[in-house]
Amino acid sequence: MVTKSADRCVLDIKGLTVAYQQEGEWLEAVREVSLSIHSGETYGLVGESGSGKTTLILAVMNYLGDRGSIRSGEIQLGDIDLLSLNDTQLRQVWGSKIALVPQNPQSALNPSLQVGDQLIEILRYQLNLSKKEAENQAIEWLERVHLADPIRVAESYPHQISGGMQQRAMIAMALCTAPDLLILDEPTTNLDVTTQAVILDLIRELIQDQDTGVLYVTHNLGVIAQICDRVAVMYDSDLVEDAATHDLFSQPLHPYTQGLIDSIPHLGDTKDSIQLRAISGQIPPIGEAPSGCVFRTRCPIAIEICNSRPPLYLAGDARYSRCHLWEEIDRHEISTHQPTLVGTPVPIPTQEEQPLTLEVNDLSIHFSIRRSVAEVIRRQPARAVRAVNQVDLDISPGSTVGLVGESGSGKTTIARGIMGLEAKSNGSIELLQIPLPDKLSQRDLETLRLLQIVFQNPQEALNPYLPIGETLRRPLIRLLGLSKTEADARVGELLAAVRLPPSYAGRLPGQLSGGEIQRVALARAIASNPELLVLDEPISSLDVSVQAAILNLVGELQSDHQNSLLFISHDLAIVGYLADQIAVIYLGSLMEVTGPGDLFHPPHHPYTEALLSSIPQVDPASREPPIYLEGDIPTPAELPSGCPFHTRCPRFLGEICTTTTPPWQVDQSTGKRIFCHIPPNDLAAVQKRIITRGSSDA
Amino acid sequence: MIAPYEENEILASQARQPPSAEHWFGTDNLGRDVFSRVILGSREILVLAGLGTLLAVICGTLFGLLTGYRGGWFDEVAMRTFDSLLALPALLLALLLLGTVGQSKYSVLIVLVIVYTPIVARVVRSVVLAVKPQGFVEAARLGGETQTRILLREIMPSVLPTLSVESALRFSYAIFLVASLGFLGVGVQPPSPNWGLMVKEARTFASLLPWALFFPAAAISIVVIGVNLMADGVKRVIGPEQAD
Repeated sequence: MVTKSADRCVLDIKGLTVAYQQEGEWLEAVREVSLSIHSGETYGLVGESGSGKTTLILAVMNYLGDRGSIRSGEIQLGDIDLLSLNDTQLRQVWGSKIALVPQNPQSALNPSLQVGDQLIEILRYQLNLSKKEAENQAIEWLERVHLADPIRVAESYPHQISGGMQQRAMIAMALCTAPDLLILDEPTTNLDVTTQAVILDLIRELIQDQDTGVLYVTHNLGVIAQICDRVAVMYDSDLVEDAATHDLFSQPLHPYTQGLIDSIPHLGDTKDSIQLRAISGQIPPIGEAPSGCVFRTRCPIAIEICNSRPPLYLAGDARYSRCHLWEEIDRHEISTHQPTLVGTPVPIPTQEEQPLTLEVNDLSIHFSIRRSVAEVIRRQPARAVRAVNQVDLDISPGSTVGLVGESGSGKTTIARGIMGLEAKSNGSIELLQIPLPDKLSQRDLETLRLLQIVFQNPQEALNPYLPIGETLRRPLIRLLGLSKTEADARVGELLAAVRLPPSYAGRLPGQLSGGEIQRVALARAIASNPELLVLDEPISSLDVSVQAAILNLVGELQSDHQNSLLFISHDLAIVGYLADQIAVIYLGSLMEVTGPGDLFHPPHHPYTEALLSSIPQVDPASREPPIYLEGDIPTPAELPSGCPFHTRCPRFLGEICTTTTPPWQVDQSTGKRIFCHIPPNDLAAVQKRIITRGSSDA
Repeated sequence: MIAPYEENEILASQARQPPSAEHWFGTDNLGRDVFSRVILGSREILVLAGLGTLLAVICGTLFGLLTGYRGGWFDEVAMRTFDSLLALPALLLALLLLGTVGQSKYSVLIVLVIVYTPIVARVVRSVVLAVKPQGFVEAARLGGETQTRILLREIMPSVLPTLSVESALRFSYAIFLVASLGFLGVGVQPPSPNWGLMVKEARTFASLLPWALFFPAAAISIVVIGVNLMADGVKRVIGPEQAD
């Protein structure tokens, strides 16, 4: 860890309360928050959606809209009192003293100006450079953010470069004026893990050279652990804990922080080694926070005193906790850890005679691109987006197969192909050894009953106009042939199975939170007691504190019903936690198929290796530099020849990778299948163990 | 009931009178009470426009649901046909159709349906296309629901808000179109108290009997503006934005 000279205070917030006016009422979105950031310090601000972190940023910029207002407190930027500035003075502060890198570079960059011109404009306006100087510096900055071809990027419009490149350009724009305070608002949330790793490393490198104070806002604890010196945790408008990163992760002194850290699986955890401890309930909507401690209603250790609002206790050397019981937590007298019985790993029954639940052979799904009239005239061949290529996947009864890949890797297309929502171009899909027809309309009700799915987006998972009860009743009537009264009785059982009260049957989806909707979607999917349940990123759009509850629920339902799961996710830690077998997919092709736990042991496919090293670990002690993947993911319309990964492979061999499709090699010790020219033994020899946790705990 | 006289009752002795206590809107050149004709004319124009809109909305919804949901060649053929109908201005299309199907109340009705069905179908189709790929529709398909049920129970509720706004808007256009056709002298024939027709007849005597021209014209404007405002209101209450 780098210790930085923390001498000058660049941002000092004291007792800041921000409220929004809604129908004549003032609702507090940030309540009595104090924090200070020193130059050279990276300060993490972590919180879920609705916790008030965005409002805090806006207040720091003094950029609240008409309905928001700073009710009390002060914000000191260096020696400037930020709240006393008028608009003209503020404009001079923005950009030169405070810079912001937003979550979505696409909407922050002007789509009608070249990237270089946007950078030049800032340099000329803020630093009063001449045109020539500004141009030179712009190119220099694009080089400093490691853009491979800075001149080409400077001449590109934002839509012509990838999201990762856009975010680099944004970082260049933010840093080029050498601001005192740099605010990073979830700068990597929209990026893939491998790109995120590179951007994080870049941020770390750049702020080391500068004397800038950094406020890093994110919901991702792993990122905080990797990059921040200090962390403030926000929950429901309150700053609940504030500590040095190392202290916070080694001994959190607020039950909410503890819950956050323990509710997500860490890389290397498996469901047999550890049980996730979900935070019960959900974040109350703004204006409906409980009186006293805001976390009281969800807190496992809340007692009577918690009905009064806790102050921010000084809990040790430069650390604070807004919990009445922090001392007891500190002395380990009480713990939010309920004793969890980690059951002895249930051995997967090796049922040789039982038919596979699902057998996918040589599956390809291609979408043809319509040729333009000009292309037809020029007799250019029809092109296709080759989303899925020659995928083999077996799922045995009662097991969970995880399918992991970055965005655009084709994992959702595979799921849709299995479900019959997308027609396959080649190969076969067999359910219980019966070939599945391509089209949904050709599948009979029994096939539909055996195969169900939970979609990613809770916003559109349920019909907004139909009550939950009716949504759940339909598959019972249609697929199980129950009568209406029988079905109504079962609806209650289904709701109970996903831990929802029976009264929810009468509610409309609009009255439910995202987590609750995903529970209902899960209930609908298990209603027909399917043989195979496909879960397509069921938790990725949910808040961290409700994710664990859904994951645990999935596990419980599976052990009750003994159905097979295909769990799709971009998150290796989650897939590694839940799955018995893991398939890693890149650009429509499987790269590696491994058994339980083996994912975290070498040999790895070079892509898996990079993926594993890219995940920011929730452990500040392990700040290993990730393995970089150069360039961007090629488009599936123009697949690379040979091995699809060869354009970015850090272990590229040479011509053989570009010309020849790699073989499937089986590692003798683990039974892993690896799609690579390099023999597994050679891979194992050069790869170090990335994960130390997990199997050692088990 | 409100109208003091029959629509075509000719009071020869009281022809060409300006508005008075007895004849609120005056009388026309034949001695017909303009007030009575405006009142009774509302019956025809509203029923004709209303019925035409209703039929067009029903047909348009059917086409919109089916084309949007099924896609493929059926969608292609139906939408290209509708495009070609939409390529012609509504009035021109109406004149063309009336020239071929003959001129009567019923042919005006048919014209309204043919002119407005494509527009309604397009609006409905666009909503269906947006709703169809959503999880709940796909879940219903995977739940073995029939196409009819998916269309009516799953998709139709999302279409309704947009459809009600569109219907109100179509209704106001329909009133205008019926009046315009009357004014052009096609479709509805004299001595019907069609407002458009009344304006046309009174035009000849505009300088002499301005009231006979003014009152039916004002009636058209007021109803069209009123229905438009109503459409706005409908939009504000159950518009698509509020439905989410």
